[in-house]
Formats: sequence, C-alpha cells, structure tokens
Amino acid sequence: MFKVNLSTPQSRLTIQKIGYLSLTLIAILTVVPIIAIVVHIFIQGFSAISWEFLTGFPKDGMRAGGIFPAIVGTFYLTLGTAIFSIPISIGAAVYLSEYASENRWTQIIRIAIINLAGIPSVVYGLFGLGLFVIFLQFGTSILAGCLTLSIMTLPIFISTAEEAMRSVPQSFRVVSISLGASQWQTIRRIVLPQAQPGILTGVILGLERAVGETAPILFTAAAFFLPQLPNSAFDATMALPYHLFVISTQVPGMPVNLQYGTALVLLLFILGMNILATLVRSHARKQRQW
Amino acid sequence: MFKSRDWSEFVITRIIKLTGYSTIIFVVLIFFFLLNEGFPTFIEVPFASLISDRWYPIEGYYGILPLLIGSLVVTVGATTIAIPVGLCTAIFISEISPRWLRDILKPAVEILGGIPSVVLGFLGIIVLSPYLRVLLNLPTGLSAFTGAVLLAAMSLPTIVSIADDALDAVPRSYRNASLALGATDWQTIWNVTVPAARSGILTAFMLGIGRTIGETMTVMMVTGNAPVLFKGFLSFLYPVRTMTATIAAEMGEVATGSIHYHILFFIGIILFLFSLVINITASAVVFRQHKKVEKILS
Amino acid sequence: MQKFILAGFVFLIWMNGGCINSSGRNDQDISSSTDKYIENKGSDTIVNLALAWAEEYQKSNQDTRVSVTGGGSGTGIAALINGTVDIANASRRMKSEEYENAEANGIEPHEFIIAKDAIAVIVNHANPIDKLTLEQISDIYSGKIRNWSVLGGEDLPIVLLSRETNSGTHVYFLEEVLRLGDKNNPTLFSRDTLLLPSSEGISSEIRLNPNAIGYDGLGYVTPDLKVIAIAKDPGAAYILPTPETVIGNTYPIARDLYMYTNGAPSGAVEEYINWIFTPDAQNIVSELGFIPIVNP
Repeated sequence: MFKVNLSTPQSRLTIQKIGYLSLTLIAILTVVPIIAIVVHIFIQGFSAISWEFLTGFPKDGMRAGGIFPAIVGTFYLTLGTAIFSIPISIGAAVYLSEYASENRWTQIIRIAIINLAGIPSVVYGLFGLGLFVIFLQFGTSILAGCLTLSIMTLPIFISTAEEAMRSVPQSFRVVSISLGASQWQTIRRIVLPQAQPGILTGVILGLERAVGETAPILFTAAAFFLPQLPNSAFDATMALPYHLFVISTQVPGMPVNLQYGTALVLLLFILGMNILATLVRSHARKQRQW
Repeated sequence: MFKSRDWSEFVITRIIKLTGYSTIIFVVLIFFFLLNEGFPTFIEVPFASLISDRWYPIEGYYGILPLLIGSLVVTVGATTIAIPVGLCTAIFISEISPRWLRDILKPAVEILGGIPSVVLGFLGIIVLSPYLRVLLNLPTGLSAFTGAVLLAAMSLPTIVSIADDALDAVPRSYRNASLALGATDWQTIWNVTVPAARSGILTAFMLGIGRTIGETMTVMMVTGNAPVLFKGFLSFLYPVRTMTATIAAEMGEVATGSIHYHILFFIGIILFLFSLVINITASAVVFRQHKKVEKILS
Repeated sequence: MQKFILAGFVFLIWMNGGCINSSGRNDQDISSSTDKYIENKGSDTIVNLALAWAEEYQKSNQDTRVSVTGGGSGTGIAALINGTVDIANASRRMKSEEYENAEANGIEPHEFIIAKDAIAVIVNHANPIDKLTLEQISDIYSGKIRNWSVLGGEDLPIVLLSRETNSGTHVYFLEEVLRLGDKNNPTLFSRDTLLLPSSEGISSEIRLNPNAIGYDGLGYVTPDLKVIAIAKDPGAAYILPTPETVIGNTYPIARDLYMYTNGAPSGAVEEYINWIFTPDAQNIVSELGFIPIVNP
C-alpha cells in the first residue's frame, strides 16, 4: 500500500502533461473524421464529374446522364429565398440595431428570433406544406419552397446583419446627425454601406444553410423527376439535396460513383460558399474604416 | 421640401418597425398553424391510445410513445458523445493550441457544420452502417447508435464554437490570478476558467441538444425506422424510429384532414415545444451571464 | 460592389434561359402555352416504370410534359383526393375511406390496371434458405420465428425489412401474406420490423446484411439478390416469381398495379393512358421486371 501525493509540483505537472495529451488526442479525433469525409467523397465522386454530368439531364431512370435540373433547381430555390428573406431580415436588423430600445418588447423579438432558429427543419416543412401548399393553394412549387426556406433563414440573416451594424462605431452616426441628417438618412447612407460586408457574409452563410436543407422542401417544392426546367414559380423542381436523397434510397441499380458525384457537387457548392464568405469577411476587415 | 422628407421618413420608420415585429408574427403564426391542425388529435384519438406503445397508423394504432423514446434515445446517445468531445475540443482550441493551429481547427470544425444532413446520411448508409454491423456483430447497422454517431458529428460544431467563445470571454485576470497562486495551467482550466464560462458552455450544450432533436434526414436514413420501446441498454444498438423521421416519411401520404394528418401535426407541436423550451432556457442563461459579467466589471 | 452582384445574378439567369441541355431538346427555352403538362404521383413501386414511360412518351410527343414523383401509394391517392395531381399511381386498390374522402372533395376516381407485379421475398445471397411457405413467411414477419436456424438455416437473428405504412406494397403484404388473405385476421407486423422509406433501401440493406429478409416488387430485384420460392400451402409446390407464373396465376403473391384519374380522362391525360396500353409501353413494363397487362 502506498499513497501517491497528487499535490507535489511534479505530479501536478505530470497530470498536466497527461491532460494536454488527452485533449490533443480528442481534438484530433474531431478533426480527422472531417478531413476523411471530405477526402472520401472527393475521391469517390471525382470520376463522375464531367461537363455532361453538370449540364445534362438524367437519363435511363436517373442512372446515367447528368444532374443539371437539380443544380438549376437549387439555384432557383436559393435565389427565391434570398429575395424574400433579405429585405425582411435587413429591416428587422435595422430596427433592432438602430431604433429599438432595450424594453420588454425588444426582448420578446429576440426570443422569437432565437426560437425561429431552433425550430426543426421538418417542422418548417410541415408548416410550409400546411400553409403554402395546401391552404394558400400554391401547390408543390418553387414559391412554396422559397417562402418556407426564407422564414427558416430569417434568424441567421437577422443576427449577422444586426451584429454587422452594431460594429459600426457610434461616432459615425453622431457625426452624421450633427451634420443635419435624419436617422433614416444616416442609416441608409452611412451605417448600411459600412455594414455591407458583414451583412453579405451573413447572407452567404444563411444561403449556404438553405442550399443543403432537404426536409423543408420535401413536401413543398421537390419533385422526383421533371422532364424540363421549371418554367414558373408555381412549378415543382428538382433540387440537389433531394436528388441525393432519392438516388441513394429509391433508385435500384444506381451506380455508386454517380451518388458520390452528386454528393461531391453539393459539397463543393457548400464549401465554395463557405470560402466566399471567409474571403468577404477578411476583405472587409482590411477595408474597414475604423 | 422639408415636409416630404418627414413624410417618407415616417413611412420608412413604420415599415422597419413592422419588419422587426414580423419575427414575432412568424413564430406565433407557425405555432398557431401547428396547433390548429394538430389540436383535433385530442378529440379524435383517445388519450389512452395516444400514450400506448404501438405506432401503426393505418390500423388505428396511434401510440406516440415509441417515437418519443426513439428521439430521446438518439438524442441522449448523440449528446453523450458530443458533449465531452465538444467541450474538450473547445478547451483545446481556446486554451492549449498555438495560434496557427487554432486558425486551422476553427475553420475545419465550421466545415463540418456546413456538411448537409443528407450527405452525412448518405455516408451513413454506404459506409458507417455496414462497418458498424460488422464491427459490433449486430443484426443490422441501421440503429440508434449509428444515428447517434452521425448526429454527434452534426452538433459538434455548434457546441465547439459557442463553448470556445464562452471560454474566450473569460477575463485574462482570472487565469493570471490562478497562476499567480501557484496552480498549473491544467488546474487553472478546470478549476477557474471552465467554471467561469459555465453558463456559456451550458448554452452550447443546450443548443447542441436542440440541433440533435430536430435533425431529420440523417436519422431517417440510418436509424432503421422501427417504432420500438427501449428495452434496456442494449436497445441502443438496435433500430429506433424518431419523431422527425416519422413526420418526414409519412407526411406525404396523408389525406388532408384525416386523423393521421392531425396526429403528424401534433408530433410537430411536440417538437416545436421541445425546441421552444430548450431555446428559452438557453437564452435565459445567457442573459443572466451578461448581467453577471456587467456587475463584475463595473 | 452591389452593381457587380446584380450583374452576376442577371448573367446567371440569362445563362439559364438560353442553355441548351444535352437531351437535345432545343425548344426548351420557348415555353409555349400550348404545352400539355401531366403530373403523375404515387407508388414507389411504380415510380421507375412511370419514369421510363414518361421518358419514352416524350420522345415522340414533344408537346407533352410528364413529371413523376414517388412518395408511396398513399401519397398519390391523397394527392388525387386533394386535387393536386392528374394521375395517381398506386400498387394497391383505393380503400373505401379514400373513396369517401374523394367524394367529399368532389373527386371521382377512375381506376386503370396498368401492369401486374409479383412481390418477391428476398434474402441475402449467402443465406442457404431458398424456399418457404406463405405461413412461414407470415410467422417470420409477425415475430413468431426469430432465428434462421428454426427454418434450417444458420444460427443468425432474422432482421425484418419492410416498406413504410404508406406504401401500397406494405398494405398488400399485410393483407395477403401476414394475414394470409383473411380479412378478419388481426395479425400485425412484428414491432421490430424496420420500416424503411423506400424499396431500394430494402434492397441495399439485404445486399449488405446476411441476416435480413425483405419483400419488394419484382422490378426492384437485381441479380445479386436471392429470391425465395413460395408455396401457397404447406403441401403445394414452391414457385418462383416470373412473368409466366404471374400470368398463369400460380405464384401466390402477385398483384395488379393501378393508375387513378379524376373522372374519365380527357385530352393529354387520355392520350397518355391510351398509350400505356400499347405494345410499346408494355414492352417497357417487361424490360423493368414487371408483368405486362397486354401480351405484346
């Protein structure tokens, strides 16, 4: 029987070394799978990528040909989401940042935003189905999908835009008012332009989330196969995440490399937007006037 | 000229105020819509049936207990993995790693957060599920465990980034004071820094849990979708069916206004309320943290 | 900066409109209002057949567009009742409650039998079992038999795979196999049954898992899956599902595949449905592993 004294300086240092080692291993445990996933998809899917794959229509029951309509559909959905969501988000962010005083109503707004952010994506899909598809009779359409996605992305846009506006120094506003401008003129000509890069970053990150979501569009916009590109906002559309879901679970005899190829294209979209947002962020940091 | 500027200013200010309050309108709209479509469940389905243990809607079995348990099992499993790993990674990034490593790790974790759920589900079907089946000698790789592993991967970035911010916000003076008293860095981390950041870390955990409960596509693709009850610890390695997967899988088929339609909205209400409770608790914790910090610094 | 983004968007939209895709149809960007649009939704069993039909039909009828979506027989019928599709695909008959709901919505479903299908019971290639009676399959799926060794196979647990409850295939299997065709039989699927959201999900799990048993339309069975020969009663012969045994009515679990329209079809929908009964279309049925309704 021997007792180990755990409070001598040596033993404390040993404990620290062991502790640091464990934390490092755990951190590696986190990062290695990430890299492994990305690399794995890249290697397996690369062979499927070709000009034909990216610009062609699916053939032979989806087992050959390309994924062009899915790419276009995702693009349309993203565009529509941006159109609906950005004006409301910037308005709300301007309100929270410039006009609202910290009273109970403002707190309620903030709680509402946090809640919108936490609602599961399938509940949004349910809501979108009930309200836009059935009640307002838009049917399964790009319009219904975009409206659903735009409510879903509101919280991300609002919080990043508000943060961007808050980071504009108060002195800018003060100087503008002292020169005789009204509050709205100050916002429009000084605060918003200065916050623009931050707002843009938030927009890109929010749209990045909308690109990858499947559950909200499952019943509001997505179609298994369309013979042509959608003609109007009331048409259903194919979309990349839904397409991946369908070809990996519903098409018999689907060549595996095409599945990986679709996953790769989706991943590249997301990573591309991520890199874009980072570039905008660092460019803004350099350009900052304060 | 002065007058017209006042007028347009007035209108614009009102519009902006409206957009601000629109967020409340949306939340209320969603909740009431769900309530409207889901409430008839109480009238149409006897309560005893609702809490029974069989979910088989086409024959009139509307027991949601297996679904609740399924979601719970997967969430508990995912959080058991994600919380320790996430906290340790956050500590590593914030306290231990050198600057250059931190600049690599943070974006890497963000990338994981960007990977769509359907891609992880796809990898789950093709790679993880067969691998786990062979490794653990299971009847099938489509199980709660597989779902939990993937869900842990999805909630990890949330936990890591918020916990990292919380640890960062702890004032340098705390650490310096601890070191000055002779503690090692390790002791400082666990006895001073982490407790000081505990509300932010708790927020990180709660938001991670919220993310996990709400996940749909991944669980639909890899958990096997069998509505069973939990029969002991080993059930974790067997298939389950979550609330979210049930809605996603069955919503398309229901005739509007049928009992099945109403009960799926009812499940949606349950999910909505779960996320409401988690988010309000998490934000209340954050508000208190801010007030405490203000008191200390003033 | 803003002008640049705006220009970028405009450019991308313009690129889209003028794009010529590789399917060779250059008239895509001119969408004429005389284009006929048919929406087809429902059974996942039928979806690949419907897709093949749509592709073939549009080759010779360039002014008609047919879109195809799956989701299960229940989905298609619900959509027909809601008035949001032209043709509902179903791998089971509409139920009386559904007819009632349709009437309440002013919809008058017309039924067409468009092909026949055999339900194949499939197991992994490594599984030594190759024949079962209907009763044995019923016992397996209701949970009475839990291990392959009881049937003479290896000592492995049986993993039950099934389609979702909204699937016509599921309902058919419940009524004809689990309940052996007896309407008063209350037998249900075992609680441990995995309810997978798609037919292909079943196939891919069986491909990878030697413990699994599943059922699927014959069109989903690929050569690397093992099909079980089934005997209707314990003394009868064991039959494999093939076009001959289905048409000859010797295979015990074969069924009709349906399409439903609202009222008697007219215009483009009528032409499409008429075309489905032509030899060209029915050839495609055979190619995909189903059984044609009209002998080509």
